[in-house]
Amino acid sequence: MSSTTTPAPRSPAPGPASRPGGRRRQGEKPKWGAVAVFLGPAIVLLAFFLFYPAIYTLRLSLYRGRLGEFTGWVGLDNYVRLFTRDPAFLDLSTFPPSGALFNNLLWIVFYVSGCLFFGLIIAVLAGRVRYEAFIKAVVFVPMAIAATALAVIFLFVYAPDPDIGLLNAILGVANAGPVSWLGQKSTVNYALILVGIWGAVGFATVILSAALKGIPIEIMEAARTDGASEPQIFRRIILPMMRIPISVLAVTLVVNVIKIFDLIYVMTVGGPGTASRVIAFTFYQESLSAGKYGYGAAVAVIMLAILIPVMVFNVRRFRSEDVRS
Amino acid sequence: MTAVQDPLHTGAGVLEGAVKRKPRTAGERVRRALAASPVHLTLWAIAVVWLAPTVGLLVTSFRPQGDILSSGWWTVMSSPSFTLENYQEVLTSQGMFGAFLNSLQIAIPATLFPLLIAALAGYALAWIRFPFRDTVFLLIITLMMIPVQIGFIPLVRALGDAGLTRGFVAVWLAHGAFALPFGIFLLRNFFITLPGSLLEAARIDGASEWKIFRSIVIPLSVPAIASLGIFQFLWVWNDLLMALVFIQNPAANPMTRQIQSLLSQYGTEWHLLAAGAFLLMTVPLIVFFSLQRFFVQGLLAGGVK
Repeated sequence: MSSTTTPAPRSPAPGPASRPGGRRRQGEKPKWGAVAVFLGPAIVLLAFFLFYPAIYTLRLSLYRGRLGEFTGWVGLDNYVRLFTRDPAFLDLSTFPPSGALFNNLLWIVFYVSGCLFFGLIIAVLAGRVRYEAFIKAVVFVPMAIAATALAVIFLFVYAPDPDIGLLNAILGVANAGPVSWLGQKSTVNYALILVGIWGAVGFATVILSAALKGIPIEIMEAARTDGASEPQIFRRIILPMMRIPISVLAVTLVVNVIKIFDLIYVMTVGGPGTASRVIAFTFYQESLSAGKYGYGAAVAVIMLAILIPVMVFNVRRFRSEDVRS
Repeated sequence: MTAVQDPLHTGAGVLEGAVKRKPRTAGERVRRALAASPVHLTLWAIAVVWLAPTVGLLVTSFRPQGDILSSGWWTVMSSPSFTLENYQEVLTSQGMFGAFLNSLQIAIPATLFPLLIAALAGYALAWIRFPFRDTVFLLIITLMMIPVQIGFIPLVRALGDAGLTRGFVAVWLAHGAFALPFGIFLLRNFFITLPGSLLEAARIDGASEWKIFRSIVIPLSVPAIASLGIFQFLWVWNDLLMALVFIQNPAANPMTRQIQSLLSQYGTEWHLLAAGAFLLMTVPLIVFFSLQRFFVQGLLAGGVK
């Protein structure tokens, strides 16, 4: 943020003199014409494409909602059904639990920790070698390509036929397998999560590497002079000093996971059965494929509810940044 | 956010200070090489794990169908035979060429249109004074996180009833609108770092807001706008979900949908799948390698979409 921002984001009046927009025009009325021209199109689009549909969906989740219309009031029944009578969404009767909501939890735990783990390792190690740019570019390329392409790449890697699937070919050398990674309930979610991690580590690496380079070299040099080992430096200096970028990155990754769809839709279509469904998949399946609009709307509202704490976190972060400048 | 260094191109690592001092004796040199070898081994293992699957797809896409089914791509050097037939078939009889054109026709307007509107709004939020400006901005930041799914049901109905899901209009509008919160956030934060005195001088000279926007703010903001543009373009090009929802006409399908339907149509036509997926990757790879700098800058400045 620049020095032109003032730490007074709340004051609604048109302005203490120091605010951007010109101190010479004090007492002048806000130029509503210009505001309308510049901000108007965005506001209209946001209102039509986000505000109004959000309220519509919120209301629709309380109806049976045939054809997407407000018919067949059911109150909170859609939600109750999702959480208690829909094993494809949440099934707590078995151990481990299953269902889309639980799968998304698996995604959050393993995908986020996997990305952070590999991202940190690569950022720290690559920073010590001459071919840093090459390593980073290699892990970053999957970020640029479509989840659909990622899915196809790994359909090959996971293929049960050891003449096509690299993984089963490797197992074959050890006289094991072949394993149908995507075809059985016990492995499908982890196989998918690994693809997700493979695709997102580059992003984590770039963010963490930039943060790492922000740590003053003197601090590490001083620690080394005092005889600290490299693992000690990593644990006692690097990790604590990167707490904020790591947590911001983790939050971003959580948001990505809640929205994950393309990869699963292409690789397994939620299967086998409903074993690899996630929330965003359930939404698509129930509302747009099966036409159960009220039920699907409830799923969308649950997605939104899960993301509300993230929104609060982001707004807070932005406010504190604004004040700091 | 202030300007960020480009991490892919800054050579100096933080830890390098310790590593790079010149070794004084042969013994020290050997000791250092041994100490460093786990680092190199780990990094090369990582490089292999991240390269092999993509290289495998590329190799597979050039192999004859029979070879693909009878031996793995990793054995290709023992009896090399390559063909362009897979590409030929997928481009012509599988309609991938049409889908490629559709992808372009979807992605270009769906990039330019929100870019313009976000730039306008970003300017208003940075440099035009009006009441509740910061409240409006906070509201837009809040919208950044809203899952697009929350809008799908009413939008599909409304846009479908208007006949817009037969062509590209619905998907342009939806992509454009959903990109706005992030775009406005990114550009407003960039615009506000521009020198206020410059804009003030133009105002005193009687320049209109539009003139200031056109001839001062935009030319000074090319890097930020380019970053956002590249992001949005790749986002739309790579998207499957919105295309599934907002395009209800097979003739308008982009490549992502075409590949997905390749999967559900036949059992598994591996040779077509490999060629199709690689075609889908070409444009992002070209964009990425030629504009890497902007891409990474955008990533660091905006956090993420």
